Amino acid sequence: MSTYLGMPTAPEGVGHLRGSEPFPAAARRALANTQLRHNLAMATATIRAKRAAVVAEVPDWEELRAAGQAAKAGAMRHLDRYLEQLETQVQARGGHVHWATDAVAANRIVTDLVAATGSREVVKVKSMVTDEIGLNEALAVAGITAHETDLAELIIQLGHDRPSHILVPAIHRNRAEIREIFLREMAGVDPALTDDPAALAEAARLYLRRRFLAARVGVSGANFAIAETGTLCVVESEGNGRMCLTLPDTLITVMGIEKVLPSWEDLAVFLQLLPRSSTGERMNPYTSMWTGVTPGDGPQQFHLVLLDNGRTAALADETGRQALHCIRCSACLNVCPVYERVGGHAYGSVYPGPIGAVLSPQLTGVEENASLPYASSLCGACYDVCPVKIDIPSVLVHLRARHVDEARKERRLPHAEAIAMAAASWVMAEPRRYSAAQRAARLGRPLGRRGRIGQLPPPLSAWAQARDSPVPPSQTFRQWWRDEHRKPS
Amino acid sequence: MSGRDEVLARIRAALADDGETAHPASTGPASTATQFRTRGTLEPGPLLDLLAERLADYRALVRRAAPAELDAAVGASLADRGARRIVVPAGLDLTAPPDGIEIVTDDGLSADDLDAFDGVVTGAAVAIAETGTIVLDGSPDQGRRAITLVPDYHLCIVHAAQVVEIVPEAITRLAARADHPLTWISGPSATSDIELKRVEGVHGPRTLEVILVGP
Repeated sequence: MSTYLGMPTAPEGVGHLRGSEPFPAAARRALANTQLRHNLAMATATIRAKRAAVVAEVPDWEELRAAGQAAKAGAMRHLDRYLEQLETQVQARGGHVHWATDAVAANRIVTDLVAATGSREVVKVKSMVTDEIGLNEALAVAGITAHETDLAELIIQLGHDRPSHILVPAIHRNRAEIREIFLREMAGVDPALTDDPAALAEAARLYLRRRFLAARVGVSGANFAIAETGTLCVVESEGNGRMCLTLPDTLITVMGIEKVLPSWEDLAVFLQLLPRSSTGERMNPYTSMWTGVTPGDGPQQFHLVLLDNGRTAALADETGRQALHCIRCSACLNVCPVYERVGGHAYGSVYPGPIGAVLSPQLTGVEENASLPYASSLCGACYDVCPVKIDIPSVLVHLRARHVDEARKERRLPHAEAIAMAAASWVMAEPRRYSAAQRAARLGRPLGRRGRIGQLPPPLSAWAQARDSPVPPSQTFRQWWRDEHRKPS
Repeated sequence: MSGRDEVLARIRAALADDGETAHPASTGPASTATQFRTRGTLEPGPLLDLLAERLADYRALVRRAAPAELDAAVGASLADRGARRIVVPAGLDLTAPPDGIEIVTDDGLSADDLDAFDGVVTGAAVAIAETGTIVLDGSPDQGRRAITLVPDYHLCIVHAAQVVEIVPEAITRLAARADHPLTWISGPSATSDIELKRVEGVHGPRTLEVILVGP
């Protein structure tokens, strides 16, 4: 049952899976930022409407979701076999495959590969996994400069900022803020730059063009890898991905082990689910697929780095494992009432929002991200939109239970919620205790105003800080029932 | 222990408690009980109309031509664009190159060379009507990937027989070419990174024009 205990997780001190403070503290600060809330509300409302429209066009959407879920579950169940098959196919077509147990190992592998080319620069396709392992920082230590080429990642890199959304890392910035960052940080930018999104995109095009044409090493992630054929797949919009995957001599792709899919036919499902769920388009502008090395076309050196970094710890948890099915569409972020108000930084990890709240704690070990499973109201909107039907609310509850169990095992004082649940179970186990408790609750009536109680005494004050409680009724249901049935008919 | 052995050992340990029958090895989604669409239903005429509509919806330019009019259509497109110097892949057969336009066949041109062209003309492997997508598979009439990436204008010739209605049909058609570099293109380069507003034209060709050849 608990094979995940003792399974190695993502190491501390490298990469971006842990925040510097617990979620409630970070969230409180984010909530005070009205500009952030305004930017997020605008952006998430836009993308929600686009997604809803293109999903409604597809008559077999629910069948596709079910097929996506089944394909991912099958891939996880035989993950060792599919990874070995992928390795064989990539090698058969002239690619090299490397295996990294964690972020430290992956960073070392990539750094050594870049150093071997003699290049001091790489161009990067937007990739969650290289952000997760802190690859840019590791390359910088080795004197190698990583140029982010996705527009949003460029905004983040130039602004010395952290990404706050899986798909649109700079979602917390509006056009005026982006213009200021470009004017301040972008060498050679036109000082007359306006904040028109088209003008800002044009500035990025001019800034990166020379870098693309001269690039010798490209670094990417992968959206999908097909075990049957050895094919890697990257889905993008701007063409920066195509530039990085096509023009350099050497391509290094870092991929989480959970990205493998068994068969070529699986793409028929995922290339419908992903674009409609992420950018709300029928199809994203560009999807690149390549298999090993093709003579005369694209990079002639190809390296694939397969990364664990806590994924096997998640795999060992039969309930939590489904978080590995995630295809990083970010639909769950865009519908989440918590994410919409606090933004991505409050989660402390490169994976924010509902999926981050179930993924990050499993990659690091629950105790290292213990506040994240509580960063949800369990409303279930994330489950409804998930293209591969990850039951995020159930995994959140499961991880809360793991946290309580692990805290108890270490004889640490459990969370107030755990004490309350234990007390509730004692009271509710015995009818007499339950009646007495209900009668006692009526004593709280004078605290109420307009049917609500705002403040509660400690230890309930922590709960009441952000929530009103209903005023207890003057009569319990049992009293009402007794009175009703005593009346003569 | 090597990284490879370590990761594989962890995976096997993680899966050790699973019942062997929980998820039988998949041979693809077709083997699952759920059935999604694998074939479209449109007749050829409406199919081409849908492709034209969906291409235009994502800001591609669309020109329709009968087979006999193809050369004239290519000439008209290049003239409208004001192109003077065009690169083409070795296997593209432009029987009557338009007057006054220099046509250069790619023989491994550098990225900088490609950047100096006004545009590129290619064929396509498959087009998907429902999503407004064209797929290039590196065949001789489409060439290597860089030639459709660096020039700012891509003129793509799609024949009616290459058009399918939905994504699964395209995947089936491309199965035999799965180990070649494939590029799926839906409209010109675009970004939604600023306030999630779609802006056309970032790093890839900023203008995509499609000539649909059919009855």
